[in-house]
Amino acid sequence: MQEHEQLSHKQINEDLLKDVLTVPKWWLPAVAFLGLVVVTGLCAFFYMVYHGLGVTGLNRPVMWGFFIANFVFWIGISHAGIMISAILRLTQAEWRRPITRAAEVMTVFSLIAALHTPLMHVGRPWRVLYWIFPYDFSRGIWPNVRSPFVWDPSAVGTYLIASSLFVFICLIPDLAILRDRAKKPIVKKIYAQLALGFLGTPRQWKLQIIAGILLSALVLPVFVSVHSIVSWDFAVLIGVEGWHSTIFAPYFIIGAIHSGVSAVAMLMALSVWLYGLDKYIKPDHFDAIARLLIIVATTWFFFFFLEWVYALYTLDSPDIALRELQALQWPYGPLFAIFVITSFVIPVPLWLFKRVRRSAVLMFWTTILVNIGMWLERFLIVIPGLVRRTHMTFDWGTYHPSIIEILIVVETFAFVCLGMLLFAKVLPLIPLFDIKEGMVNRRLIKVGRRVVPATIREGLPHHYYEKKH
Amino acid sequence: MAKRSVLGLYTEEDSAADALDNLREAGFEEGEYEILTGVPYPEGTFGEAEPEHKLYRWPLIGAICGFTIALLITAGTELAYPLITGGKPILSIPAMAIIMYEGSMLGAILFTIIGIIFESRLPRIFMGAYSEKITEGHIGVTVTTDETRTDAAETALNKAGIDGEIIRGWE
Repeated sequence: MQEHEQLSHKQINEDLLKDVLTVPKWWLPAVAFLGLVVVTGLCAFFYMVYHGLGVTGLNRPVMWGFFIANFVFWIGISHAGIMISAILRLTQAEWRRPITRAAEVMTVFSLIAALHTPLMHVGRPWRVLYWIFPYDFSRGIWPNVRSPFVWDPSAVGTYLIASSLFVFICLIPDLAILRDRAKKPIVKKIYAQLALGFLGTPRQWKLQIIAGILLSALVLPVFVSVHSIVSWDFAVLIGVEGWHSTIFAPYFIIGAIHSGVSAVAMLMALSVWLYGLDKYIKPDHFDAIARLLIIVATTWFFFFFLEWVYALYTLDSPDIALRELQALQWPYGPLFAIFVITSFVIPVPLWLFKRVRRSAVLMFWTTILVNIGMWLERFLIVIPGLVRRTHMTFDWGTYHPSIIEILIVVETFAFVCLGMLLFAKVLPLIPLFDIKEGMVNRRLIKVGRRVVPATIREGLPHHYYEKKH
Repeated sequence: MAKRSVLGLYTEEDSAADALDNLREAGFEEGEYEILTGVPYPEGTFGEAEPEHKLYRWPLIGAICGFTIALLITAGTELAYPLITGGKPILSIPAMAIIMYEGSMLGAILFTIIGIIFESRLPRIFMGAYSEKITEGHIGVTVTTDETRTDAAETALNKAGIDGEIIRGWE
C-alpha cells in the first residue's frame, strides 16, 4: 500500500460522522423509495398468507422456487461480510480498516433477509414455531433433530446472534465518539447508554483489539458450518438424485465467498459515491479486494468444474439428465450461459487488469455481474433439480414464478439496502477508531531514496518488542 | 472518603508519558492513574503497565456450557419422542453433532461477549473527570484519588505541559 495521507483525529471524526449527525439530501427520497418497495413486498406476502401458497408458482414437483433460491443467495452474501472481516483481522491486513464495519453490517441485514424467505415460503410463518421449537409439553410433540430443517435455524440463528454481537462490540469505541459529538441531549443520552461508559483506557483498548481477533476466530467456524448446513438441505434430500453430492458443502461455501466478497466490493464503491469516502476507500483498497476476488472466483470455478466432472464421470443417468436440463434445455440453458459468463468469464479476466482493479466504477459493475450470476446459480441448482422427471414422479411440470414471489424477492433486496441506509444514518459505516489506529501505527520511513509508510503491527504487547530488541 | 478525579489533557504522546512519570515520582500508584485515548496505541507507549485479563477462559467455559445444553436438548428430544426411522438408532450422533457444534459455538461466543464487557470493566456508570477532546485526538491522564491528594496530582499533571486547564470530576 503506497497511498498515504495523514489525517487528524478531528478530521476523521468530521469526515466519517458528517452523514450520521446530519441528513444528506438524497437520503430521505432513497429511504422513502426503498421503504415503498419493502411495503409492497410485505403487502404481497400478506396477500399470499390470506390466499394461500396457491398464488405462487410453486406446485408439484417444484415445491422450492424463488424463495429458497433467494434464501441460499442471501446466506451466501451474509458469509463474506464476516468472513472478509474475520480473515483480514486475523491476518492483520492493513487494508481491512475501512471495509470491516460495512461488511459486518451487511452480514446482519443479509441474514435477516435470508431468514425472510423460508419463513414466507412455509406459507404460515407463525407455524414455524412448531417446527423450530415445538417443545409442546402438553401434546408431547417434539422436533426431529435429524431433519435439516432443525439444523438450519440452529446454524443461522447462531450466526445471526454472533454477527450482531460482533458488530455491537466493535461499535463501542465509535459509540463513545458519537456520545461526545452528538448535539441533541436525547441523542447524546442514547449514544452514551450504548457506549456503556467507554473511556478509552489501555485495558479497554486491549480488550477491544483482542475481541476483534478472538470473535473473528470464533465466528469463522460458524460461517463455515452455516453454508455447509444449507448445502446439506439439498445433499441429504432423498428425492433428488442430482443433489446427492459430497462436494456441495465446500462448493456452497466458496460460492458464498465469491458472491459475498463481490458484494463487499460493490458496497465499497457505493460508499465512495454516496458518502464521498474516497479519502478512506482508495484505489488501493479496490485493488486489494479485486486480487482477493481473482483467487476466490478461480477457486469457486474449480469447484464448479469438479461438480460437473463428478456428475458426468460417473455416467449416472439422473446426474447426466440433470446436467442436460441445466445447461442445454429451455429455459435453463440460456440462464446457465448467463450465469457462467457473468460470474466468471467476464469479471475475472477484467480483474487481471490493474486499471479495472483500481476503478470504483468498473469494480462496481463487474461485481454486480458476479451477483447476478450467483443468484442464477442458486436458481439453477434449486429449480432444474426438482423439475426433472424421476422414476416415482407422477406429477411433472415446470416452474414460473408468480408476481407475488417476484415482489417478495425484490423486497429482500430493498430491505438490505434500506437497512444499510438506516444503519449508516445512526452509526458510522467505517470504524473511526480503526482508521485512527492505522494513522497512529503508520509512520513514514526512508528506505533508500524513497519515503514509504511503515506500519507497527497492532496487538503485540510491549514485552514482545523488548524481547526482540 | 469520597474520591475525586482530575484530568490533564496532552497533545503529544511524550508529554502524556512524562505526566505518568511525574505521578509515579509523586507517589501515586498504578490503579490511581489511567491514560485515556481516543485510539488504541501500541502497548507501553506511555510507559503504563500492561493490563492483564482472563478473557481466554470465557469462550472455553461458554463452549462447555453450550455443548452440554445442546447435548441435553438433542438427546432429550430424541429420547422423549423415540421415533425409529429405517431401523436406525434412536440417538442419531451425526445429526446431534451438528446441533451440539452450533450450541458450543453459540455458548463460546455469548460468553466471550460477556467476558469482553466484564474484563473491560463495562458498563461504567460514573465516568469521573472526562473531556470530549479525548475522542478528538487529545491524550488524557486521569488521577482518581482522595480529595487531600488532588493538589499533588494536579501539580504532577501540570509539570508535564498540560494543554488547557485541569478538569475535575467525582468518581
